[in-house]
Amino acid sequence: MSALDAIPVTTEVASGNVEPLLHEIRHALKRLANGEKGTVIDLKRLPLAPGEEEKIEAVLGEGEVRAEVDALGPTQVMETSYPGVWLITHRNAEDSIVARFVEVTDTPELLKSQPADIEYGIQKLETELTN
Amino acid sequence: MMRKDQTLGEYLREQGVSRRGFLKYCSATASLMALPPSAVAQVAEALASAKRPSVIWLSFQECTGCTESLTRSHAPTVESLIFDAISLDYHHTLQAAAGYGAEAAREAAMEENEGEYILVVDGSIPVKNKAFSTIAGISNYDMLVDAASKAYAVVAVGTCAAFGGLPMANPNPTGAVSVSEIVKDKPIINVSGCPPIPVVITGVLAHFLTFGTIPELDALGRPAAFFGQNIHDRCYRRPFYERGQFAETFDDEGARKGWCLYKLGCKGPTTYNACATLKWNQGTSFPIQSGHGCIGCSEPSFWDKGGFYEPISAGMWGSREALLGAAAAGAVLGVGSAIAARSRKKKAIAEEEV
Repeated sequence: MSALDAIPVTTEVASGNVEPLLHEIRHALKRLANGEKGTVIDLKRLPLAPGEEEKIEAVLGEGEVRAEVDALGPTQVMETSYPGVWLITHRNAEDSIVARFVEVTDTPELLKSQPADIEYGIQKLETELTN
Repeated sequence: MMRKDQTLGEYLREQGVSRRGFLKYCSATASLMALPPSAVAQVAEALASAKRPSVIWLSFQECTGCTESLTRSHAPTVESLIFDAISLDYHHTLQAAAGYGAEAAREAAMEENEGEYILVVDGSIPVKNKAFSTIAGISNYDMLVDAASKAYAVVAVGTCAAFGGLPMANPNPTGAVSVSEIVKDKPIINVSGCPPIPVVITGVLAHFLTFGTIPELDALGRPAAFFGQNIHDRCYRRPFYERGQFAETFDDEGARKGWCLYKLGCKGPTTYNACATLKWNQGTSFPIQSGHGCIGCSEPSFWDKGGFYEPISAGMWGSREALLGAAAAGAVLGVGSAIAARSRKKKAIAEEEV
């Protein structure tokens, strides 16, 4: 136990934003199921009390898919226990979180191969075969 | 380092950044600029063709806290890339050169990028006597007038540049004024705060880099995306205020339970800034989360608005003139308050001595 833990401070603070956010996700999921566009929610824009982001994570849970994208630092892409609800955490090269989103979609955009990268890949493979 | 003839898209590709990496960069940049996630595609399109803008940074009557805020922000990748993507042609605190050589470089950058560069200013400008603050023999006033005349826009970073700040505090010995008191013919973006949140500074530069325009501003010339809502409305302790649960002292039960700090002088209800959501030290915390009320550092004249530990309702009689008027009109109330204040002071001293 650190000296900080010994300070008798209890937190019963709640911003009141966790439940509305979960409802927002529910509404977005219903729209997705009805064939409408996906939704992205920026978690850094919400006033949350200490511990509430962890509470959101705990409620969403972990699903079947986990992926790590290595581009300008690691990005963790995780489907939550609610299919179609993804938690995306962008980190920089120093492993600090630079952005965090809840993405309600069938496949997060970041996991798809991008046309520009495919073009670049074709050129690279052709060069490889020529040599 | 990005070349002047390159677009940002070309530069990132040259650095081995894939389109996927670029999209990540755009997502983080959109978040940085407080744009909705749906704007990422628009940001990607604009950033891919963005050219490297010239930035000239002038520091006047200031404590260097604004530059410290920016450079000590652990430079996450996105912000680093934004700084790689601008040409910081003059910043006398950060650059190695000094004196006439440095000033010649500033003048060359101004000529080369006339009408296109962004002028960033931190610190207020003394006008009582221009010689109170000079750089290489040039007064702050003359340097500002000259540099602003050829700029595209001016970004006043910090409350000193935006509103006069601490140098302007009563009795204002140097006759300090804000940038907007002197520059009248250029767009001015006020990024106030003492210091400003580093992400807000980079967010404004990112907006210019992305769209080549200045962002939407509030009535005080601040970017509405960051200063559009007050601290109180975005504070996670707001529900306690609604329920009337306040900390009365910094060590009572309410303080320990994290109740609202309004009665302890929190200026959140009258302060517009993004601390409650963006927070400080890489999003770790902000004053209210650490148990101290907001002091209102991003508002004009915050230093002369009465005690930091007096509730806002007590500060409504803030100015000396108003206090005199109030004393004449309500002497009985004044005497009562004075006795109460003396009693509080005596009690505090007695407790201190125990």
